[in-house]
Amino acid sequence: MRPFVYEQPTDISAAVAIASRFTTEDDQPTRANAQFIAGGTNLADYMKLGVAEPNRLVDLNRLKDPGLRQIRVTDEGIRFGALVRMGEAADHAELKRGYPVIADSLRLAASGQIRNMASLAGNVLQRTRCEYFRETSWHCNKRVPGSGCAAMEGFNRQHAVLGGSDACIATYHGDFAQALIALDAVVRAEGSRGARKIPLAKLHRQPRDTPEIETDLAADEIITAIEVPAVPWARRSLYLKIRDRESYAFALASAAVALDLDGDNVREARIALGGVATVPWRAKAAEEALQGKTLDEPSAGAAADAAFAGAEPRQHNAFKIELGKRTLVRALLETRDMKV
Amino acid sequence: MDTAAPRPKENQGQPLPRVDARLKVTGQAHYPADLPTANIAYGALATSSIAKGKVAKLHLDDARAVPGLLDIVTYGDMDTVEKPKFANSGSTSIGPLHDRTIFHDGQIIALAVAETFEAAEEAAQLIRAEYDAETPTASFDSPGTATIPAAGKSPLFKEDVKAGDFDAAYKEAAVKIDARYSTPTQHHNPIELFSTTAFWEGDQLIVHEPSQNVTGWKVELARQLKIDPAKVRIVSPFIGGAFGSKGPMTPRTAIVAVAARRLGRPVRCVTSRMQAFGTQTYRAETRHRIRIGAGKDGRITAFAHEGWEVTSRPDSYVVGGTSATGRMYGYGSVLTHVSLVQADRNTPGYMRSPPETPYVYALENAMDEMAVALGMDPVEFRRINEPKTEPIGKKPFSSRSLIQCYDQAAEAFGWAKRDPKVGAMRDGDWLVGMGCATAIYPTAVAPCAARVRLTVDGDVRLQCGSHEIGTGVRTVAGQMASERLGVSIDRISVEMGDSSLPPAPVSGGSISTASVCSAVLKACDAIRAKLYAGATAEGGPLAGSHNEELDLADGKIVAKGGASAKVEDVLKTMQVGAIEEYAEFAPKGATPEALKKLYAGMPEFHGGEQDEDSVKYAFGAEFVEVRINRYTREIRVPRIVGAFAAGRIMNTRTARSQLMGGMIWGIGQALHEATEVDSRYARYVNRDLQDYLVPVNADINDLQVILVPEVDHAVNPAGVKGLGELGNVGTAAAVASAVYHATGKRIRDLPIRIEQLLV
Ligand SMILES: Cc1cc2nc3c(=O)[nH]c(=O)nc-3n(C[C@H](O)[C@H](O)[C@H](O)COP(=O)(O)OP(=O)(O)OC[C@H]3O[C@@H](n4cnc5c(N)ncnc54)[C@H](O)[C@@H]3O)c2cc1C
Ligand code: SF4
Repeated sequence: MRPFVYEQPTDISAAVAIASRFTTEDDQPTRANAQFIAGGTNLADYMKLGVAEPNRLVDLNRLKDPGLRQIRVTDEGIRFGALVRMGEAADHAELKRGYPVIADSLRLAASGQIRNMASLAGNVLQRTRCEYFRETSWHCNKRVPGSGCAAMEGFNRQHAVLGGSDACIATYHGDFAQALIALDAVVRAEGSRGARKIPLAKLHRQPRDTPEIETDLAADEIITAIEVPAVPWARRSLYLKIRDRESYAFALASAAVALDLDGDNVREARIALGGVATVPWRAKAAEEALQGKTLDEPSAGAAADAAFAGAEPRQHNAFKIELGKRTLVRALLETRDMKV
Repeated sequence: MDTAAPRPKENQGQPLPRVDARLKVTGQAHYPADLPTANIAYGALATSSIAKGKVAKLHLDDARAVPGLLDIVTYGDMDTVEKPKFANSGSTSIGPLHDRTIFHDGQIIALAVAETFEAAEEAAQLIRAEYDAETPTASFDSPGTATIPAAGKSPLFKEDVKAGDFDAAYKEAAVKIDARYSTPTQHHNPIELFSTTAFWEGDQLIVHEPSQNVTGWKVELARQLKIDPAKVRIVSPFIGGAFGSKGPMTPRTAIVAVAARRLGRPVRCVTSRMQAFGTQTYRAETRHRIRIGAGKDGRITAFAHEGWEVTSRPDSYVVGGTSATGRMYGYGSVLTHVSLVQADRNTPGYMRSPPETPYVYALENAMDEMAVALGMDPVEFRRINEPKTEPIGKKPFSSRSLIQCYDQAAEAFGWAKRDPKVGAMRDGDWLVGMGCATAIYPTAVAPCAARVRLTVDGDVRLQCGSHEIGTGVRTVAGQMASERLGVSIDRISVEMGDSSLPPAPVSGGSISTASVCSAVLKACDAIRAKLYAGATAEGGPLAGSHNEELDLADGKIVAKGGASAKVEDVLKTMQVGAIEEYAEFAPKGATPEALKKLYAGMPEFHGGEQDEDSVKYAFGAEFVEVRINRYTREIRVPRIVGAFAAGRIMNTRTARSQLMGGMIWGIGQALHEATEVDSRYARYVNRDLQDYLVPVNADINDLQVILVPEVDHAVNPAGVKGLGELGNVGTAAAVASAVYHATGKRIRDLPIRIEQLLV
């Protein structure tokens, strides 16, 4: 662990100011000298492993703005403060009732201890857990641009089949972001160039030939809130997560599904897939395949085929295509059968 | 009495709580890396990132520049001490700093020592090596392996057992199978990390390190450092998870001791979890081919078991489970052969039931396949093949309660309700499967010494250089003294885990309870004899009574007729303040050298398959229910029942706990646990608990342990069979059997994962 300076600003503009003083416009947030820290469950781990090497940490936990720690559920939708802890949101009664896909995605993530530490913004921004990325003696384009990708021909059972490139196939492992992207969430950010709204669907970047660029954020931009619009399909929604053990494991495949049904007929479907893609993955083709159809095993299967039409398997992760499809089929049928 | 403290049945001792339970749950138990605390310098290892080649150059300048750095121990600095030896108390013959050759991934290349842990870690990370790298051989299918016969390569595996004419019998057999199985690489991940703390008091070296073999380590460390063993003390009072991982000493210990000598202050090195994958021992991957032939009546006439095991280039670590599988059932003929496959890997070592876990898994999965081929109930198939004598040497079993185990477990599990048809049982979208398998573990015992002192105040002090690795041996040793001396357990203090105590054998092979209790029994009986002599002497309170009529209870010597005398009073009349006895126990069949070898840290093991009169095993039967989702195929285990017979049960609470832990581990071995080896580089990929999966609470549901009563006086004076390594032996095969029953898919390669069931 290398020495670093630890800053504890109390308001957002001060935090932004520190970050902009010690970063440049071209800096990636995860590669900059100054980096934000919230729960630290992701960043501190990677600092200990030598994967992240900021020499200045800007702690967000002293920021005074009360909105950063609030969940507000209104007729317009939900507003999550960036510093709300995962555990609090997972247990939120109105979320469980009105937006089960969101509450489930948090409840099924990590462990009780981690959920109590980890913030929602930090969760959305969590970095990949690719084994070759985590350990600095391997070649990794994301960690050291241009050094090669050890996972491509290596042990890649947990790697992505959707959204990969020749440079990187690391999975985005988070669960919450799948629920968010399915419900068209936006994040609010504040930086030295002002405040802006970013659709969650635009926040994460696919690796292409620059896997070291992970998000659309500037190094001095702080996420302040996450907003989810109220939509008719939020109530009939769920998050299905398939993993090697019953708890405390990342998804091999997951599906966030929200449905607006007329009987068994699909008026609207919203689908996102986790564990199988390099970024939170909205499956628009699957949604379109279901539009206006009777939801049953064959139509769900056709939607799943559409979702994985462009999937590219590697040596150890080919099963994720079949598993991902079955996960989606099961999630669709279980959502259909929900009593709301 | 409750689930955790089962009511004792015949020949079973009371479920006393662990004597150290309160210390452990209140954080007052001090583990080796907790002490001492003053003036510590911290060490961190730098390890190789290649698996084969040479270290051409080491760049130390960046590391030296770290503020607080005190020293770097590396090539050249170990030249004045001896290289490690590969043996019972040594994990490998590789002296990592004696030689710039790299034999495996994660080999130690330096130890950085600094004022703080953080500085040491930082310096270690900044040590940069330039390598002359060569292409390594990763495992079985890699180019460059060398395959050699295992027999004779280890004192524990002398021969490939065989009986009768397998080829002829197999050819004739009406029903047969020929199948291949495999088990993966597995690494020890005890919650307590591996560590060494060393300091010198003058020429006396004291090492605090979690150890299952303090006496063996003392002797081996003294040999490496070229000093008198009397000048070395190994201290390991509590161990946070052992299972063989802390059995052999690794090269780190001597390196840290040398660093402490150079600095003249205590040095503590706690190995990171990632580094433990390369610097500690582990269970290497195995492969098996099994052929079974039987008549239409289900009687096995031919059994062949061939095994292949990965080991390192320099050391022939042998697993060799065929001596147990070859004796499991009443096969007509037996053929076995075990091969070692050398690759560029670190030397493997013991992991809970080292031979039985992989070999019995293969055998029991094959037995299940055979039952299917015969169209026979798997329990019935085992019953039919229950032997009178073991097939290799035709010796009787000292006791064998396997069928009782099957019957009791089947009853508790509700086996009768199982629909034998594959895929016939369902619960909504979940396929239900039920399966079973046999557990077996050889019963061995070794020489052991113990000192017991009874004072006039009624206190007992028991000292024995064995090791509390979590099994509860401290408690059961105290319990043995409590029973024999009639003193309540709270008046007994038990000291263990220190090489300055009377020597005990390595805590491995499930021998501790038997060996330690036999020594304690002997010491206590010597105390009894002295007390009786005092009590029955002329003028004594029980003058005229004979020893056979006397017993000790509640601080009194009690005669058959009802007369009694307080121990305190007897000691007073004897004019002594305490009786102290030092006992050395040697098992039946021990050689004249046996005790000498105990003090030299090389204890003889007796029992198992080696005795003349009989073979000695503990047995069990495990039943598992699995549920597999119709769509997504994840496997869950809602229920597991195990029934085990292991001679005298000293304490039903600690026994159940051991067996339960074993069954949970077995579920992990069936479904979760595997180290992934990158075959291009012969390097381990998933070196932390994020990716190296073990079961979590949510994976373990209804788990029942049945302790089947069994009496066996032949095994050892205490009548105890080891059971610490019994519980995990049958589990994986029982899970595989249940998965087959649910899906019709025979999975032969562990762990069983979703992808195997999707196709
Ligand atoms: C063992 C383990 C298991 C896990 N299992 C799961 C799982 O099953 N599912 C799952 O979804 N997650 C899982 N996680 C990941 C966990 O949820 C994340 O580590 C956590 O959510 C990160 O939140 P944090 O507040 O601790 O982030 P930090 O570690 O503090 O930060 C993470 C990143 O976000 C940046 N950041 C944080 N807050 C802001 C902000 N407001 N604005 C801008 N940048 C910010 C930081 O600079 C950093 O780059 C697991 C983690 C562990 C350690
Ligand atoms: S998959 Fe991406 S993160 Fe993993 S090693 Fe390759 S480049 Fe690095």
